Amino acid sequence: MSADNSKNEVLISVRDLAKHYKGDIHALDGISTDIRKGEVVVVIGPSGSGKSTFLRSLNLLEHPTSGTITFEGIDITSPDNDINKYRQKMGMVFQHFNLFPHLTILENMTLAPKKLLKMSKSDAEEKALELLKKVALEDRAQAYPSQLSGGQKQRIAIVRALCMSPDVLLFDEPTSALDPEMVGEVLDVMKDLAKSGMTMVVVTHEMGFAREVGSRVIFMDAGQIIEEGTPEEIFDHPKNERLQTFLAKVL
Amino acid sequence: MLNHLAAYRTALSVSSWFSEMKDRLYTNFIAEDRYMYLLKGLWMTLRITFLAVLLGIALGVVAAIVRSTHDKTIADMRPGFGKILLKILDALVKLYLTVIRGTPVVVQLMITYYIIFASSTNQMLVAVLAFGINSGAYVAEIIRSGIMSIDNGQFEAGRSLGFNYIQTMIYIIIPQAIKNVLPALANEFIVLIKETSVSGYVGIQDLTRGGDVIRSRTFDAFPPLLAVAGIYLIIVIFFSKMVSILERRLRNSER
Repeated sequence: MSADNSKNEVLISVRDLAKHYKGDIHALDGISTDIRKGEVVVVIGPSGSGKSTFLRSLNLLEHPTSGTITFEGIDITSPDNDINKYRQKMGMVFQHFNLFPHLTILENMTLAPKKLLKMSKSDAEEKALELLKKVALEDRAQAYPSQLSGGQKQRIAIVRALCMSPDVLLFDEPTSALDPEMVGEVLDVMKDLAKSGMTMVVVTHEMGFAREVGSRVIFMDAGQIIEEGTPEEIFDHPKNERLQTFLAKVL
Repeated sequence: MLNHLAAYRTALSVSSWFSEMKDRLYTNFIAEDRYMYLLKGLWMTLRITFLAVLLGIALGVVAAIVRSTHDKTIADMRPGFGKILLKILDALVKLYLTVIRGTPVVVQLMITYYIIFASSTNQMLVAVLAFGINSGAYVAEIIRSGIMSIDNGQFEAGRSLGFNYIQTMIYIIIPQAIKNVLPALANEFIVLIKETSVSGYVGIQDLTRGGDVIRSRTFDAFPPLLAVAGIYLIIVIFFSKMVSILERRLRNSER
């Protein structure tokens, strides 16, 4: 795998990332990894392993205690760099969707492009409608989030992030809050995105998705990366004992 | 025969009560255009209330943002100028809330009028400042409770799109917060309308003072005071109606 990936430039470089809470709790304990352009990195691990904290650190929703995150050559952990500028290029999809309930679907999608990218209303709406068509929700443009099902909300959340034309999309357990019958429609959108070459970092419990779509799988436990590799390496030939135990429980 | 006499007497006393009432109404409201005291007073009350509400909202939103920003973020903030500034602002806002909510509005009005703006001749401006600053303290706590009630995920979603803290507040948090606390806000403004009735303490000719002036001219308390009470009641009922329409409209947009 490394032969193929080394051709692609590094998008996010994480070095010695640590997050300590009071009472000597190490949510992250020295994480180092590179995320390359076009990769779909799937992060798995037992609950409390720090995988969500790791993901949320990538756009500094969690402030790491130490270590650096370099995004497109810029150290975004440095207070000298305006994180708001870089977050525009790092889309994020949350477990609980977090659509804005006081705005219509179209307004949800066009708010950030209009205010932050200074797009005109018509340009922003045109782009939003195009994306809505891709997730087959163009007829819901004028609806409010409360009128949608969970699966629809999450598809909207994905295209809302896409409206900013991000260079990477971060998924924080995007299907965990969904009814089982709605998981598929969201995973399908994510698969299409992966195929289109979008760089993605996905924290998930969907092992099928990890195996099928992931270009690399990271297994975390106790705030550390225990093992990483291709889906075949991780799922078919796990070396570490903790990974073997974990897989025995979830597969 | 006796029955007829009683009926006749009753009719006579009813009709004399009516004619006496007519005289009292005439003396209190029509004679010497006394109704103008009420009209001018009403106009003053409405202007003071309206401007004080605007000032109260402006002060309240700013104070609420300072307080909730401090409570939400101070623990995670890097040491530096911003953290110190936020701590100072928060301390100032807390002082403002404590002093304003801890003293009677009529005392604040007199302090504003006789001490702070002793040299000013614009009575209405003084009243607007006093009532606006007073209302701002209550509005601040109402809006703060609204901000704190919004799920943190809304905040994170805004920040993850690239909005800075203030933009997230303005575009995402405050609109939802205000909608949630609209009934409490409306209540605060109903209280404010009636609180302006102490304006007479510093010689402002508001609605209450207008009724009182009539009473002092006619030595008849019942008609002017009842009229004043009725006018306040009508304003409040009208305002409540407006708010409930607004509330329904905001709620409709979510279904």
